[in-house]
Amino acid sequence: MITNKDKVQAVEQFAQAVVDIEGRSLWQDARRRFFSNHAAVVSLVILGLITAIALIGPFFSQWQYDDIDWEALSDISVLGHPSMENGHYFGTDTLGRDIFVRTMQGGQISLLVGILGSLVAIVIGTLYGATSGYIGGRVDSVMMRFLEILNSFPFMFFVIILMTLFGRQIFLIFVAIGAISWLDMARIVRGQTLSLKNKEYIEAAYACGVSTPKIILRHIVPNVLGIVVVYATLLVPNMILLESFISFLGLGVQEPMTSWGALISEGAQNMEIAIWQLAWPLGFLVVTLFCFNFLGDGLRDALDPKDR
Amino acid sequence: MLTFISKRILEAIPTLLVLITVSFFLMHSAPGSPFSGERTLPPEVLANINAKYHLDEPVINQFFYYLGGLLQGDLGPSFRYKDFTINELIAQSFPVSAEIGIWSFLVALTIGVGCGVIAALRQNSWIDYSVMGFANLGIVLPNFVLAPLCILVFSIYNQLLPPGGWNGGAWPYLVMPVIAMSTSYIAQIARITRGSMIETMHSNFIRTARAKGLPKHRIIFQHALRPAMLPVISYLGPAFVGIITGSVIVDVYFGTGGIGQHFINGALNRDYSMVMGVTILVGTLTILFNAIVDVLYALIDPKIRY
Amino acid sequence: MTPLTHTTSANTLLDVGNLRVRFKTPDGLVTAVNNLNFTLAQGETLGIVGESGSGKSQTAFALMGLLAKNGLIEGEARFEGSNILSLNDKAMNRIRSKDIAMIFQDPMTSLNPYMKVGQQLMEVLTLHKGMSKANAFDASVKMLDAVKMPEARKRMAMYPHEFSGGMRQRVMIAMALLCQPKLLIADEPTTALDVTVQAQILTLLNELKQDFNTAIVMITHDLGVVAGLCDKVLVMYAGQTMEYGTAEDVFYRPTHPYTQGLLKAIPRLDSEGSTLATIPGNPPNLLNLPTGCPFEARCEFARARCLTETPILNTFVSGQKSACHKSTEGWAV
Repeated sequence: MITNKDKVQAVEQFAQAVVDIEGRSLWQDARRRFFSNHAAVVSLVILGLITAIALIGPFFSQWQYDDIDWEALSDISVLGHPSMENGHYFGTDTLGRDIFVRTMQGGQISLLVGILGSLVAIVIGTLYGATSGYIGGRVDSVMMRFLEILNSFPFMFFVIILMTLFGRQIFLIFVAIGAISWLDMARIVRGQTLSLKNKEYIEAAYACGVSTPKIILRHIVPNVLGIVVVYATLLVPNMILLESFISFLGLGVQEPMTSWGALISEGAQNMEIAIWQLAWPLGFLVVTLFCFNFLGDGLRDALDPKDR
Repeated sequence: MLTFISKRILEAIPTLLVLITVSFFLMHSAPGSPFSGERTLPPEVLANINAKYHLDEPVINQFFYYLGGLLQGDLGPSFRYKDFTINELIAQSFPVSAEIGIWSFLVALTIGVGCGVIAALRQNSWIDYSVMGFANLGIVLPNFVLAPLCILVFSIYNQLLPPGGWNGGAWPYLVMPVIAMSTSYIAQIARITRGSMIETMHSNFIRTARAKGLPKHRIIFQHALRPAMLPVISYLGPAFVGIITGSVIVDVYFGTGGIGQHFINGALNRDYSMVMGVTILVGTLTILFNAIVDVLYALIDPKIRY
Repeated sequence: MTPLTHTTSANTLLDVGNLRVRFKTPDGLVTAVNNLNFTLAQGETLGIVGESGSGKSQTAFALMGLLAKNGLIEGEARFEGSNILSLNDKAMNRIRSKDIAMIFQDPMTSLNPYMKVGQQLMEVLTLHKGMSKANAFDASVKMLDAVKMPEARKRMAMYPHEFSGGMRQRVMIAMALLCQPKLLIADEPTTALDVTVQAQILTLLNELKQDFNTAIVMITHDLGVVAGLCDKVLVMYAGQTMEYGTAEDVFYRPTHPYTQGLLKAIPRLDSEGSTLATIPGNPPNLLNLPTGCPFEARCEFARARCLTETPILNTFVSGQKSACHKSTEGWAV
């Protein structure tokens, strides 16, 4: 056997080029389909707007998220009402803190958790699934068995245990949520990998002696990216929901920081006298989740048209 | 078939063991002890209590004590409610959670499948659009959002239903928890059913059934429904887990007194045996339910051999 | 052989007149079948031949009332005197499988994978003949025997995935013949099968045709199938009739350049040449048919007239029909 290094590289570049050509036309096609889906495009715009206000909104208010308006505190149900004059656009909470700024700050946390949590899930899930699917055989069945075991764990309960025992750290929320959510991703990627495995360019790369990790990273992973993107978009709202769920139980981010879930939890306690405390964060949460779902559906239709 | 079921049960044992071990050591590696948070006890009393609960021994010994008790069906005493055992507390609260859970599950399944099938058969009609519109809405209205909204609408604006409590499971106390728990699963199941029903109705064997001259209702019920249910059945596992998790919210919100409340309180108060007990119970139920789903799947799909 | 006239004689079973099938698509109306005419007597076999997309299968689906939802039908199809195209679904259900049965192209997916084969057979009999389950079971077993299914009784309790492709097609044939229909529409029944299995299935159909005196519309792209089985042949191209005549006439005296091309393209073991004859080019776009002859672009004899004027179906003295300017005008080759 002669393993000519140049040859290996040349073939690999060729394989890469083939992938690139196929990839480009696929993505172009997908883009055209995506932009003809109005609901998805509108959702994308709304999500952009929500992200933008969550980031820059607080600069347009005279309040900080932990400022307490002592004046309003005296009678929340009247003075805490949303008004333009005193600068509380969305009203105040029971402690006299500005709901507008808190909703924006909570939005930052919720979106951050959603996106970072999904990233954790994507990275672990894609690598795990691609490895399991590509190596196959005994390794595959062991790895899948492990997934099955994890799948029957009541993970939410573990997250709650973790949060109560090790304190409310935002880092822990990312890890906990990400760690739950990679299971489905791994399974999807594995399925895709199995069908990719017999494609000619993968066989060519293998025949040229490209190492297994390199095949997985350079040839498998880029080609499952489409489905991963779609799934990730549908994962983000789930992440936001999970975080809200944890925050709702009072186990999420540490006061005075907040998130939409925590705000909803507080708002729900006072909804009889101060409905705005519930309405604003709830509205933002629901609209965001709605948009992510439409965006995910749109992306799926664009990247996988036979699915409908 | 029997061998398949017993194989599934045997497979569940190591999973359960891992679950017990992980949660046990996780609980015990955390800082703080069940009695450290409360008012300071005299050292000798504390020593007595620790000895009683084996807390003065190495963790590994405690683990085996616990496992030994578990084998006899004993989940241990509660650290929090000192006069009760975990078995008693769970026996008292589990029926509540089970009742809400089973109702939510049935409601989600029947309404979800019904809506999905109707939407699929009337594809692109106003029925289809309204079902799908509701489904999209239901997915973004999780239980912890719906719970306060329900109370707002049914108890505060209109005094139709009691805002909380259990009252032995009388139906007015059941309605809001079930709505809060089942809505997002109705939505998901409707979406899944519609998609798979549309796919099935376009398949070649349905065309064969039509060519046989079978009336429409027989095509739907005898030929299409079984294959169209397969994706729904695979979703039942996750849905079940979701409903169990949701019971925590329902308990917190409506004060129904189910296991969720004990779990949260247990976690907050370092009541090890309570948290362990609920986790093991939920884990066992999850494993059991996944096994049932597998069996159901095998029953419907003749291509799966057991 | 029966004469190819359009006068409805006493034993005419099916008379299709000016059948047109179109589909509404986002890009406009697509004409899949245009102005199709043929008749079929009892016990007779008609072969409809054409390449993919020529409208053969859509003709079959139109006759069975199985067109996709966006399909539009015009024209008529008189089955024993009454127009089955105007029937509603309920009335059509009484005819389907009882009087007109159909065998599909792909036996792998045409049987319900979630039902036992026996159940799928028996439901035809309980539905149309009102048989009891026990009687339906016996009749189904008998029919499986008739299609030469080994161990028929045992196979009744099996699922389709436990059968091979050829065996599944036998089940499909048995299912279609259960009520002894007067007409059997076979849509490429052998395409998805191995060559040896193909031959078995065709022999079987030939025998069954004689045993049950069933008229058959055999849809295929394989001229070999037609030669062995059919009395009459209709050659379709781009949804239109190119040539229509007795099997003998069409095979030995083809008048249409397209038929000639098809016959030349049959691979032969005894021929000297090593290259396969093909018809160059592709069928026209059905969304936007050319004004002239649809075959013009691929025809080696095409002249100016072919580009502007659609040839009408011309009847020769023998009864053979052909839609070609060359054959009517007798152009020198």
